[in-house]
Amino acid sequence: MKQRLVIIGAGMASGRMLELLFEAGGDFDVTLFNAEPRGNYNRLMLSPVLSGEKTYEQIVTHDADWYAAQGVDCRFGEPVVRIDRENRVVYSAEGGVPYDALVIATGSAPFIVPVPGKDLPGVVAYRDLEDTNAMIAASAPGAKAVVIGGGLLGLEAAAGMAARGAEVTVIHLMGHLMERQLDPAAGYLLQKDLESRGLRIHCQGATKAILGTDRVEAVLLEDGTVYPADLVCMAVGIRPEVRLANDAHLTVGRGITVDDQLRASDPAIFALGECVEHNQQLFGLVAPLYDQARVLAETLLGQQAAFKPVQTATKLKVTGVDLFSAGDFAEAPGREDIVFRDPGRGVYKRLIIEGDCLIGAVMYGDTADGAWFFDKIKTGTPISDQRDTLIFGPAYQGGPGADPLAAVAALPLEAEICGCNGICKGKIVTAITDGANTLDAIRTVTKASASCGTCTGLVEQVMALTLGDGFTANANPPMCKCTDHTHEDVRRLIKTMGLKSIPAVMQELGWKTTGGCASCRPALNYYLIADWPLDYADDRQSRFVNERNHANIQKDGTYSVVPRMWGGVTTSAELRAIADAADKYAVPMIKVTGGQRIDLLGVQKQDLPAIWSDFNAAGMVSGHAYAKGLRTVKTCVGKDFCRFGTQDSTGLGIKLEKLLWGSWTPAKVKLGVSGCPRNCAEATCKDIGVICVDSGYQISVAGAAGMDVKETEALITVASEDEVLEVTAAFVQLYRENARYLHRIYKWVAAVGLDWCRDQISDPVTRQALYDRFMLSQSVYQTDPWAEHAARPDEWAPVADLTIRAAE
Amino acid sequence: MSNFIDIAALDDIPRQGARLVKTAQGCVALFRTADDQVFALDDRCPHKGGPLSEGIVHGAAVTCPLHGWVFDMTTGKAQGADDGQVQTFAVRVESGRVLLDAASLARRSAA
Repeated sequence: MKQRLVIIGAGMASGRMLELLFEAGGDFDVTLFNAEPRGNYNRLMLSPVLSGEKTYEQIVTHDADWYAAQGVDCRFGEPVVRIDRENRVVYSAEGGVPYDALVIATGSAPFIVPVPGKDLPGVVAYRDLEDTNAMIAASAPGAKAVVIGGGLLGLEAAAGMAARGAEVTVIHLMGHLMERQLDPAAGYLLQKDLESRGLRIHCQGATKAILGTDRVEAVLLEDGTVYPADLVCMAVGIRPEVRLANDAHLTVGRGITVDDQLRASDPAIFALGECVEHNQQLFGLVAPLYDQARVLAETLLGQQAAFKPVQTATKLKVTGVDLFSAGDFAEAPGREDIVFRDPGRGVYKRLIIEGDCLIGAVMYGDTADGAWFFDKIKTGTPISDQRDTLIFGPAYQGGPGADPLAAVAALPLEAEICGCNGICKGKIVTAITDGANTLDAIRTVTKASASCGTCTGLVEQVMALTLGDGFTANANPPMCKCTDHTHEDVRRLIKTMGLKSIPAVMQELGWKTTGGCASCRPALNYYLIADWPLDYADDRQSRFVNERNHANIQKDGTYSVVPRMWGGVTTSAELRAIADAADKYAVPMIKVTGGQRIDLLGVQKQDLPAIWSDFNAAGMVSGHAYAKGLRTVKTCVGKDFCRFGTQDSTGLGIKLEKLLWGSWTPAKVKLGVSGCPRNCAEATCKDIGVICVDSGYQISVAGAAGMDVKETEALITVASEDEVLEVTAAFVQLYRENARYLHRIYKWVAAVGLDWCRDQISDPVTRQALYDRFMLSQSVYQTDPWAEHAARPDEWAPVADLTIRAAE
Repeated sequence: MSNFIDIAALDDIPRQGARLVKTAQGCVALFRTADDQVFALDDRCPHKGGPLSEGIVHGAAVTCPLHGWVFDMTTGKAQGADDGQVQTFAVRVESGRVLLDAASLARRSAA
């Protein structure tokens, strides 16, 4: 029997552990609880999200497809309330889940300074996406924000809000910023740098109270200073989140006490991440947490592993601020400093030497040699023979001086490049010589630079050194290993060269494999369908199983069948036909879907043509629940029944679905039509949403409600139903012609920009041409695939049955 | 010893596709490549039991539809970083008919 593994907390540490377990082929039934309503994303990258340099979508580590592919039972937004150790059951509000092994990965909670006013609305911490979004919302130009805490997290929050235009004040209790990572001199340079960017820094400031009546209005310091504030961010520190462990009477110090195998005081319970205390030590940086994840994965797989914390280096993720610190830099007897200052350039470097070894380094303004120094610290290399030039870095240790790559070239193969994932230079070089010639490929193969990303430059330098002239920085990676062309290039060349079949594309564009692979073939098939609707014939053998079989394959090889219900409206006759089919084909589960459809799960492949035939006979067609194509149009009841309805949203939804069904798109497309702004059809988290109002129809696009949750953005408002239909078809065609295969609308819009889309749709001539091309494609592809395949049931059964033969 | 049985016409299997043969020991997938080579493999991915017959056929390889493991059909070995092997069976094409070796099927139960 499979081991039942329950995990509380879908953070970066538990996410890494799951990756390692699945990579090793571990056979577990995994249930993953998370209090946050989403899965694992890269929390280190919240700072760029806050400053607007990245979107949430770009920092997702595991999307819904990943969890589905691994068969993880995701309980997101479902906090665990109790652990029953005696019976080995974990309880949430929804009920109990039994476990053979339990991993507590509840992370940490922000430390809230116990001052009056700490609970006022407008006081936030900086831990998760909700906090980040609250800060983004409060960072309008001219808004006033106060950050309490001038450590790593507080400064990243402050810089992010300042980048969005807020007036930010940082209040720090100690004499200089980032006192745990920086010495006073570097802290001073950092303060000057941040002040020149418009931040106000108040060191040696103790918060006395947060003032305000209904919400936060100002912050009062002990010295009497008052800073007005629309938002206060508490970033003074974190403490392990141990409430569940406490309630379960596990041994808890500051964190949940664990041994070298991450085992808590109950042999069936493990703890992982920021909630852990190991040898009286707590952990906050990602590198040791990933190391814990590896040790725990190996332990769960029955292998020998032990957690040994190693030193870590720190970098501040504020654009334009170059700062590095590693090791121990406190002043102490027997320690000597080598210091380099260049006030004009704002460069400061300090090396701390004890005996014959480098034990610490602090650098500001020029951190290019950080990795080289960090390596010397970790290996304890004697430095006496290079002491006179040591601070100038590897370029002055006998190598040529001016080459910017010299520092990386001088690194030994064991030198660590990616601190988050513990990847050394040698591993990256091996990956490159084995064929990983893009940054993405290296991230996939080695995970280097795939977490916080601060080592991206180093990885690119290793690539430049290894590949020589063959290296181009930030190259858009090729479509797959079969070609050197990117998706965008292939789409362009298909059109300009008039390539109209998969073999023609592979021949003319120099494919390196025969017959491509499972990644490029479906993409090429889609591009050809979209670009040459009349000339190209769909290649069924280049489709993924679900589209080839017009049903969704389940983990046991059975399929699910979803008949179309236009706009989510059905009839008693259709329901009777569905009930009859469920009985006739012994369907184990009938489920109502989120898109207002009925799903029959567990149908055998050879029964598919017959069940389709039965549905066709009852007047129903394929619901395309399996398609990278138009899935569903969800509607509310509209003005015919609803006392608030302003338009016939149901009728409009049905018209939209009858217009769009059967079309193939780069990824699935879901619509919603709501009859009034109360939005009962949840139109504002769909790929395309329509909200009816008295004066007309608001069309918005690029929503998401899967692993990513994103509100749609307004595209255009129109006055009539006919215009809704024309705009929607034109927009879908724009997406069909331009997006990369498998990119949902929100990802594509993020890449091309909503303004560009609106320009295309607003121009009457362009809109009409898009609409006409869409209708031309529909003249070919708007057919019921069920009817076509139901006519040839033999092809769905085994071609021969030797069991009968054996019995003869 | 081998004992080839007539299973089906070559054209019953789509190019770059597969058909199933039911046997007493489970299903065998008959694959046909773009250049009309035919391979017979156990229809069960060693990873999570995915039906290989539903995978995309490219060159002389097939990609499992569930989690994307790729198998070289000539050897049954998983490609790339994945480690595993699918059993292969002797098969040949004679005058447009596909013949499967019953003896190699029988050895499977012993394996």
